[in-house]
Amino acid sequence: MSIISAKDLCLWYGDHQALKNINIELSDRNITALIGPSGCGKSTFLKTLNRMNDLIPGVKITGDIRYEGTDIFSNEVDVNQLRKEIGMVFQKPNPFPMSIYDNVAYGPRTHGITNRVKLDEIVEQALRDAAIWDEVKDRLKKNALGMSGGQQQRLCIARALAVQPKILLMDEPTSALDPISTSRIEELVMELKEKYTIIMVTHNMQQAVRVSDDTAFFLLGELVEFGKTDDIFSQPGDPRTEDYITGRFG
Amino acid sequence: MKKNQVLEKIIHGIFLLLGLITVGSVLLITVYLVISGIPAIREIGLIDFLFGKEWASTAAEPKYGILPFLLTSIYGTAGAILIGVPVGFMTAVYLSKMASPRVKSVMQSAVSLLAGIPSVVYGLVGMLVLVPGIRKIFHVPDGASLLAAIIVLAIMILPSIIKMSITALDAVPREYEDASLALGATPIETYFKVSVPAAKSGIAAAVVLGVGRAIGEAMAVMMVAGNVPNMPDSLFQSVRFLTTAVSSEMAYSSGLQRQALFSIALVLFLFIMLTGATLNFFLKREKE
Amino acid sequence: MLNQSLSKKRKGFAVLMKALMLLSAGLTAALVLFLLLYVLGKGVPGITWELLSTNPSYLTERIGILPDILNTVYIVLATLVIVLPLGVGAAIYLTEYASNKKVVGVIEYAAETLSGIPSIIYGLVGMLLFSNSMGTCLMAGALTLVIMNLPTIMRTTQESLKTVPQSYREGAFGLGAGKWRVVRTVVLPGCVDGVITGCILSVGRILGESAALLFTAGFAHAVNGIIDGLAAPGATLTVALYVYAKEQGEFGVAFAIAAILMVLTVVINFAATLVQKYFAKRRSL
Repeated sequence: MSIISAKDLCLWYGDHQALKNINIELSDRNITALIGPSGCGKSTFLKTLNRMNDLIPGVKITGDIRYEGTDIFSNEVDVNQLRKEIGMVFQKPNPFPMSIYDNVAYGPRTHGITNRVKLDEIVEQALRDAAIWDEVKDRLKKNALGMSGGQQQRLCIARALAVQPKILLMDEPTSALDPISTSRIEELVMELKEKYTIIMVTHNMQQAVRVSDDTAFFLLGELVEFGKTDDIFSQPGDPRTEDYITGRFG
Repeated sequence: MKKNQVLEKIIHGIFLLLGLITVGSVLLITVYLVISGIPAIREIGLIDFLFGKEWASTAAEPKYGILPFLLTSIYGTAGAILIGVPVGFMTAVYLSKMASPRVKSVMQSAVSLLAGIPSVVYGLVGMLVLVPGIRKIFHVPDGASLLAAIIVLAIMILPSIIKMSITALDAVPREYEDASLALGATPIETYFKVSVPAAKSGIAAAVVLGVGRAIGEAMAVMMVAGNVPNMPDSLFQSVRFLTTAVSSEMAYSSGLQRQALFSIALVLFLFIMLTGATLNFFLKREKE
Repeated sequence: MLNQSLSKKRKGFAVLMKALMLLSAGLTAALVLFLLLYVLGKGVPGITWELLSTNPSYLTERIGILPDILNTVYIVLATLVIVLPLGVGAAIYLTEYASNKKVVGVIEYAAETLSGIPSIIYGLVGMLLFSNSMGTCLMAGALTLVIMNLPTIMRTTQESLKTVPQSYREGAFGLGAGKWRVVRTVVLPGCVDGVITGCILSVGRILGESAALLFTAGFAHAVNGIIDGLAAPGATLTVALYVYAKEQGEFGVAFAIAAILMVLTVVINFAATLVQKYFAKRRSL
């Protein structure tokens, strides 16, 4: 069952067309990897899903994206509500310069939860889901910037989970991390699949193979190929995909 | 070869001397103020000097209590901060986060202009606009008052507060704001709940800088505060600040009266050093 | 779910904050506009050739500000001539010679302290240091202003020296040049932009200064040549404004001077921005 679908999606930054007629249906409770060389549009596509591209001046979008059947660009849709449903984890860990607790509680507080007991519960659950609870439970009041890079990224995942999204967008979430932290995040992502739909941009082919169920290959703003990860990597349908995954360019 | 080395040594020495001029100046100022400020305090007594409620330097039996000036400077500065900081802070958030680049650059020039206007011009406009205005609006006999001084000071500290807050807010990494927006916070929630807390040391430094400016301002305050050594019991009282106490009697003072003026300057100097140290503390924290 | 709009509380917060921001920014803008228009409106009509070209005379009850204009020019020149070598030298010491971090820290801290000291204290110390020995005169005022402006010149020069590429210095050393030769030929030319920026900022500060000059330079209005002028007491434009407004109630003249100062402030701000833009552009080439 598809949770998000894009139809004839085009996007321009000024005169430059960054996305060309993207048509794709992404399934619920699934991990989709978006791959392709730098500047191919995969990150742009990801950021279009929670309308973070709205912030960039000179962006023009045509076509539509439906989330659970609703057009996300419709005037009826509240963009803040959309971003609550579709969370995001960024390339560089970016915890706020506040305590660990306040970082995780930021989202729920923003959305109006003030009850202390309830907040405590949400924070604990989110940190547990992000597999970092045991490491931080004794120092929730400490500044988040004192943590290691890998811990910061898992905290950012916890922060995103705390508003109970349905979808988690991840923009190369491990590219700034060391191999050990990377594998921990990968394990975490695979566990999160039980509860969330995950769409992940990655530069790392092995990571896409290890983690994802489906893979979409972008090139020069086009969606070249989309399918089961196993199929894409074992028998790519398009020669350009094959060239890319075998490392002939990129 | 040897001659060259000697020359290089001499030149090095000259530059070292030039470098040490600032240090020498600070020491000189401190030493002069302490030396000339201590005798009167000794003669009057520290407690009587600091907490005496009456200043009557030219009376037959002169009294040298500077509590009226101390309190006036404190109230005046606090009042200026109370008005100037919210306005300056909100302006800074607007200019740093919401305004278009064009509006921002025009407003920044305007704020620089505000910073460059000589204090006597503020005093002049205050004398002719603010003072009569206060008299008419509040039906008081004389508009030259603590309130007039507070308003002028609030305007005068505005540029420092705006400029420094903008610098601090501009330096907040974009990633923090993106993370907040991606959690479904509105832009305005993001500015006030993420950007402002992240810039808090810089904004605190801006406030302290404002405090320093307000305590140290003399001429504008001299022109609008009435310059009478009253206790600042009400906003409409004519009052005298620490700075104006020094300058208003200096021209014709002598003997113990003159020495007492130096003592006031010493007190003022200590206040400034204290704000300077506080400022440094916040700036260092901002850097980290 | 998605078309559920923001809660009342969140909407209220956004509206309130936006209103407060616009109100504050509007107030600031209005304030600048008002000050500019009010001072120019009241002052410009009073600026006549007679005012600018004569000295005041009690006999004819004429007020002229020529002496104040001249005094301002003299004091600006005297201050810059003295402060430039001192400030530039200090900056060169800090960037080129100083190897001890502690010394650098102490000097920079002293400079910061100097820029935080209010001008009334400078006036007082200037009076004790200079006027008591050389009499109340423009020179005593200029020397006081030298200390006040030292940090400005030092800082702007330092900043421009930081942009001189290390490779230039290494290149010169590599050719066997001594330290002094490197400083003279490579470092000094590199600080021109800092010196110019510093001069503009200092001129602005000197023009606006009054509290530091009242007791050091005095407030006479006599027309003198530069040498005699520096040795005699005299009011700058800003001090004259204060005296005319506060002591003599001559608001017409005060506003005329205020208008002149206002225009100069605008010009100086404009020049400072222009120069900084010009040098920033040249540096990026």
